[in-house]
Amino acid sequence: MPEPTFTSRFTSRRGLLFGTAAVSAGALLTGCTSNDPKDEEPAANDRPAADDKPGKQVTIGFAGPQADHGWLNAINDNAKSRAKKYSDVTLEITEGSNDTAQQIGQIETLINKKVDVLVVLPADGKALTQVGLKAMRAGIPVVNLDRIFNTPQAYRCWIGGDNYGMGLNAGHYIGEKLKGKADARVIELAGLDNLELTKQRTQGFDDALKNYPNIKKVARQAAEFTVESGQAKMAQLLQAQPRFDALWNHDDDQGVGALRAIEQAGRDDFLMVGGAGALSAFQAIKQDNGVLKATVLYPPTMAASAIDLARALGQGKGVGGLAEYEIPASITLYSAVVDKENVDQYMSTGFR
Amino acid sequence: MTQPVSPPRGSTDKVPQVPLPAWRGLVARADVRTLSLLGVLAALIVIGGVTKPDEFLDTRNLQLVLTQASVIGVVTVGMTFVITSGGIDLSVGAIVALASVWATTVATQEYGFGGILFTSVLVGLGCGLVNGLLIAYGGMVPFIATLAMLASARGLALQITDGKTQIVTVDGILDLGERDAYVLGVPPLVMVFAVVTIIGWLLLNRTTFGRRTVAVGGNAEAARLAGIDVRRQRLYLYLLSGLCCGIAAFLLIILSGSGQNTNGNLYELDAIAAAIIGGTLLSGGRGTITGSVLGVLIFTTITNIFALNNLQSDVQQIAKGAIIVAAVLVQRRTASTT
Repeated sequence: MPEPTFTSRFTSRRGLLFGTAAVSAGALLTGCTSNDPKDEEPAANDRPAADDKPGKQVTIGFAGPQADHGWLNAINDNAKSRAKKYSDVTLEITEGSNDTAQQIGQIETLINKKVDVLVVLPADGKALTQVGLKAMRAGIPVVNLDRIFNTPQAYRCWIGGDNYGMGLNAGHYIGEKLKGKADARVIELAGLDNLELTKQRTQGFDDALKNYPNIKKVARQAAEFTVESGQAKMAQLLQAQPRFDALWNHDDDQGVGALRAIEQAGRDDFLMVGGAGALSAFQAIKQDNGVLKATVLYPPTMAASAIDLARALGQGKGVGGLAEYEIPASITLYSAVVDKENVDQYMSTGFR
Repeated sequence: MTQPVSPPRGSTDKVPQVPLPAWRGLVARADVRTLSLLGVLAALIVIGGVTKPDEFLDTRNLQLVLTQASVIGVVTVGMTFVITSGGIDLSVGAIVALASVWATTVATQEYGFGGILFTSVLVGLGCGLVNGLLIAYGGMVPFIATLAMLASARGLALQITDGKTQIVTVDGILDLGERDAYVLGVPPLVMVFAVVTIIGWLLLNRTTFGRRTVAVGGNAEAARLAGIDVRRQRLYLYLLSGLCCGIAAFLLIILSGSGQNTNGNLYELDAIAAAIIGGTLLSGGRGTITGSVLGVLIFTTITNIFALNNLQSDVQQIAKGAIIVAAVLVQRRTASTT
């Protein structure tokens, strides 16, 4: 299964956060004496990073892009509700902006306000590198969320999703489903082609499919992460491909439009896998009465984790679940595949 | 169909910049322009038919192309009027977005089919009214006024949705987008597009309103001296464009089963491009609904052929740019031969 076993034991979002590092974490935390994680409760349990107990007051500055898309909106919500959970965290949140100059200005304002830690989801990672550097030089640690800065000098910790892994896991899920089917045909409804992340997702998808010689990708069209473009491009794909067995759609928002086109064409002769993890997709997967059978996560809960990391940084603590005194420099989240079996567990993280 | 957009009939003396001897030449040229557009479309159909005979030459594909053309087509009809009058409406995409999200809020959906239709059209008209008042009576340049509308309407749309996708649950709306709703194989969306086109054509070519529009675009000062209320005419034109956006938003809601603040992305450019390659003059004074609709069909057919042949979006964009340039160059050649 593409999903590591620990996530099913720990139903919280913590499980996701420590996906890359949780294997040996439990034992080490207990004192580096035991090599067997099973003799002590693993550390990646339900408590947040550092711990829940109020500690030193921390002011966290948060700057993100304009929330004009379901996923970005969920990022803001996750950050806000996570910060509210801690009595020792004050969140200074800026009005989201897609304008590089404006976002730089907002971050500089936060630097001048002398916040303790910055969490930045740049509209454009490369363009905002300088202001990240500036914050770090001013002694404000930066948690870089998802869209990465040009240089590691500009952030103390990067946390984000895995676009390549998303494609990889989608490809493997489809590969396993179509195993044994001779001459299987797969199509891909990609996201905005202008973005590097779309190329990475496609690359991962193609690489995974190479493991299944019976499968051939017969078509790929790029939509624009919008419902409208999803409908338009999917309608064309359906016309172009009278017969195929599986479809991977990069994004659940455009998937709303894609599903509409599929319904309008009256097609149900294939399986569809989505991407990102929208609530509507989770609900469709749970109902299991359409083509959508699974979706690959790009979890917006990463914003909540970023707040945890920022709080730990501000309080000078490591994070629960890791042996080190310091939080990691980089955390890549796992793109779990959500299907009918495990959808209930993720339902609360679905975004609109 | 030949479509000479002649100077106001019986009033050529009032529009002195169009001398009578050029009259017949103009007819011939408009004819040639429409024919050349039909030629381009025919060439595209041949290309599609040769590369993908089974998928392209198919009733379902024809229905698909016409359906996809409907939303932007209705917007383009409104845009053609505005451009003919020498104006521009950069806010069409934003108005479509605003109307589509306003009409799909939970509160609006409670009023069902009628509520959604009414809200889409009313929001479109409302935005058009603001544009028209600012331009006609506020003395603002159309480019700036509609640019401001673009920004605020997009902002308001975002504020309403909070970045979320609003899914439509009203069955009456959703059913209209299904195959069962096709009448004699014609999708309802395409019927609306056809009706808007016919009304638009009649309005521009067979009414005083249309002749005034051309006159205002040709020479606003001359039109004013000729007794046309130029300001009121401009107000009506932006109202008309807003109305078209409202109708388009309603079609888009049916098509996508949802409202999203990203709807109508770059419609302004698509609509302007379709009108221009259709033969409407960006400087005003000449407009053709037939040409605009052919322009829309050409773009939609290209997109369709590219998708059927699995060409990627980079190639599609390059080709689209090349076609705009080619069309405008041809237009300039025919115009300069006068």
